[in-house]
Amino acid sequence: MVKVAEETILDARIPEGPIESKWSNHKNHINLVSPANKRKYTVIVVGTGLAGGSAAASLAELGYNVLNFCIQDTPRRAHSVAAQGGINAAKNYQNDGDSVWRLFYDTVKGGDFRSREANVYRLSELSSNIIDQCAAQGVPFAREYGGTLANRSFGGAQVSRTFYARGQTGQQLLLGCYTALMRQVDAGRVKLFSRREMLDLVLVDGRARGIVCRNLITGEIESYAGDAVLLATGGYSTAFFLSTNAVNSNVTAAWRCHKRGALFANPCYTQIHPTCIPLAGESQSKLTLMSESLRNDGRVWVPKKKGDARAPRDIPAEERDYYLERIYPAFGNLVPRDIASRAAKRMCDSGFGVGRSGYAVYLDFASAIDRLGRETVRERYGNLFDMYHEITDENPYETPMRIYPAPHYTMGGLWVDYNLMSTIPGLHVLGEANFSDHGANRLGASALMQGLADGYFVIPYTLGDYLASSRVLNDKVTTDHPAFKASVAAVAEQTRRLVGSGGKRTVHQFHWELGRILWDHVGMSRNEKGLQQAISEIRGLREEFWKDVKVGGKDADFNKNLEFAGRVADFMELGELLALDALHRKESCGGHFREEYQSPRAKRCATTKTSAMSARGNGQAIRPSLSSTRNTSSSTTSISHSAAISKVKQ
Amino acid sequence: MKVNVKVWRQAGPKTTGEFKHYAVDGILPEMSLLEMLDALNEQLTKNDEEPIAFDSDCREGICGACGMMVDGMAHGPRRKCTTCELRMRHFPDGATITIEPFRAKGFPVVKDLVVDRSAFDRIIAAGGYVSVNTGSAPDANAILIPKDIAEKAMDSAACIGCGACVAACPNASAVLFVGAKITQFSLLPQGQAERDRRALRMIAQMDKEGFGNCSNHAECEAACPKGISISNIAKMRTEYMHASRVQEKHGD
Ligand SMILES: Cc1cc2nc3c(=O)[nH]c(=O)nc-3n(C[C@H](O)[C@H](O)[C@H](O)COP(=O)(O)OP(=O)(O)OC[C@H]3O[C@@H](n4cnc5c(N)ncnc54)[C@H](O)[C@@H]3O)c2cc1C
Ligand code: FES
Repeated sequence: MVKVAEETILDARIPEGPIESKWSNHKNHINLVSPANKRKYTVIVVGTGLAGGSAAASLAELGYNVLNFCIQDTPRRAHSVAAQGGINAAKNYQNDGDSVWRLFYDTVKGGDFRSREANVYRLSELSSNIIDQCAAQGVPFAREYGGTLANRSFGGAQVSRTFYARGQTGQQLLLGCYTALMRQVDAGRVKLFSRREMLDLVLVDGRARGIVCRNLITGEIESYAGDAVLLATGGYSTAFFLSTNAVNSNVTAAWRCHKRGALFANPCYTQIHPTCIPLAGESQSKLTLMSESLRNDGRVWVPKKKGDARAPRDIPAEERDYYLERIYPAFGNLVPRDIASRAAKRMCDSGFGVGRSGYAVYLDFASAIDRLGRETVRERYGNLFDMYHEITDENPYETPMRIYPAPHYTMGGLWVDYNLMSTIPGLHVLGEANFSDHGANRLGASALMQGLADGYFVIPYTLGDYLASSRVLNDKVTTDHPAFKASVAAVAEQTRRLVGSGGKRTVHQFHWELGRILWDHVGMSRNEKGLQQAISEIRGLREEFWKDVKVGGKDADFNKNLEFAGRVADFMELGELLALDALHRKESCGGHFREEYQSPRAKRCATTKTSAMSARGNGQAIRPSLSSTRNTSSSTTSISHSAAISKVKQ
Repeated sequence: MKVNVKVWRQAGPKTTGEFKHYAVDGILPEMSLLEMLDALNEQLTKNDEEPIAFDSDCREGICGACGMMVDGMAHGPRRKCTTCELRMRHFPDGATITIEPFRAKGFPVVKDLVVDRSAFDRIIAAGGYVSVNTGSAPDANAILIPKDIAEKAMDSAACIGCGACVAACPNASAVLFVGAKITQFSLLPQGQAERDRRALRMIAQMDKEGFGNCSNHAECEAACPKGISISNIAKMRTEYMHASRVQEKHGD
């Protein structure tokens, strides 16, 4: 029933040669599809975020027929739209010593040396082209008075290399890519399928040849055939229920591919962002990010007395614990994301938290306002202060913000080789949905970069190589193939089963409960006992789900409960895998913190760097943990998993 | 707090709809209007009634998915605020809140509060882009753009495509949406090559989709959660006039 990937040695197909020339060598030697032949291929692209949208547009420009799918009513609403801060590129416009090598190094270091270096080097090389492309599309990046592009600084780097469009960088980059996509729709080379949810991958002769979707308006189960499938369906932070991600974000597409045999790598590498607006009540649907830049001027504190209920302004300075400044005098409030997050959790767990729930700490701007004046603070953070005020009804100029960490980004995802192909031939995975570039922790402003590099500049080459070498052209399949029929039947059956389930608890309640288990035991700080408890609780919850969930409505209709039910069912399987991976990974690194495994140095300064970068040049530093859960039926899934595979061939 | 909601229920595009009344208890002032609807939907689901269909995704005012008429106003009574950002503390305890879908010929109702806004996609496809294939771009600093121009372009580009402008307009006109895109590109050097074609094609598509004309009510600006100014409409008109004259002179 379950196949474990213990013995699998995967070939990442990293090209030979020094790291600096791998990508150009590779491009010079891979197979090409001739211009006249491109229009004979149909490529299915699932996702219209930065990764999917840029891939769909670029492939269509090359002449491929593209079928592009998304959950939202329009491609422009993909969750990339919410990214605020910016996008990195090694332009060195500031003449401050930046280079491809430095961006590469910072990104690998940011990932706690668990990224695949060859991919990251390529990413750094391509970063400059992304900015050029987006500027040419009319993305209104911030500019200096002289008309050149402006940069801001971001965490984890000593150079200023982050390009931005106010606090809406993701929106503007996505609109750039969306307009390029719509141009191809107009040209007839992209066919758009919005309000579709991919629910299965169809394999024919072991290759990815199509997908099965539910039409979210009519409820119809539809299938589409093609010559390759690209998955760009984003991350799975929403498994935690409350996260900074959009409410429709899901793991379903990736998970269903996983169940078809695509290996999942490093599921437990999740990033918890330290500065989010805390939970206000059980009815809350998501958490809002407050940009990390606030920690430049805000001071984090809690009252020294447990359960101190006085208003923050009534607590005199000597009765406040500026714990980050106290514990980490060298970094103060600017300690790395994971450390800030864990410290906040520790303070709240030991009873010092503030706010109604006791799960918040103060981020105080009083000294910044004294030092810089209210106007300067407004110029720097005005929009964030307004947003905070609108949500909480508290004025951060007068009273400290309350913040708490929240799940934000998932570094883990489907395993891909250097060509972005998963372990299923023909299934390629792009953007946050894959695992390769951010190791155990992602550096700020690097996800936008990765999504666009994958879609604009990597896949147009590597997909051609796959198509030309696989000879799928000689072997066209249509949705009449029995594999499609079988998949449609299975998806329809699961849908009917969910709709017909006559239980008592709502999907929302199950998701909330799963989120609680994951947050308590597989969140910021993990230990063996907690992880084992999480695994058993999730298994129990999953069983209850299939017995006691209440979905209602009809399957052949617009039915949000049904959409969410399918996603929550998958999150419950993924959740167990997340916990298993965290259990097997007996080390602390990046976003994965195991209480039992802290090096003496790490304990001292509470950083968790444990490994050194591998030899330069050969790009072989990665030891992902992989898992395989094939052939699992939805209710009785038992998930098994292997620890780190020992070797990844170059 | 407790509120009464009067909400539009419509099973599908072809069926007729009607208002239904529900009481929702246990609402916290810091909940958003959508979270209040979530709570109501939980209640409906438990009682074997069909939950109210509505669109939402980011729940922080940037994706443009949410959007409904709240007490007769697109996105409700707060200025520069999307429905997902609208907090319940702005309503008195015991209030009756009327919630309807955006109503416009160009936005047919799909179900309850969900409308079909794909007309906006087709308008963008008609010319709301710069034709530049991947890989053909010059260095980003090769073309300088003065800061104030970039800022103005950004003001127009901030549109989230929610459609509140259309819903607020007595003519159900889409000119603020279309004007914002045309203005963004007309300001930027990258947008010059296709300037005339873009204005003509986008506006022709807008008309085809069944949106009305502008008669200067400026309701759109008031309803826009991103504060997009009606000066974008004036700019659109200039662009259109210019493009039409060029077309007359040279033919198309
Ligand atoms: C609040 C916030 C702020 C951020 N700020 C930054 C930042 O400043 N800089 C930075 O670099 N990164 C930032 N990030 C991270 C970054 O935005 C994301 O990692 C990135 O945009 C993901 O892009 P993507 O294309 O992989 O996926 P997404 O943009 O999430 O797109 C996923 C697409 O897949 C579709 N989809 C999903 N599932 C299915 C399915 N089953 N069937 C069909 N379609 C499906 C969706 O409809 C959507 O079109 C931020 C993230 C958040 C949440
Ligand atoms: S849900 Fe995204 S703007 Fe309201």
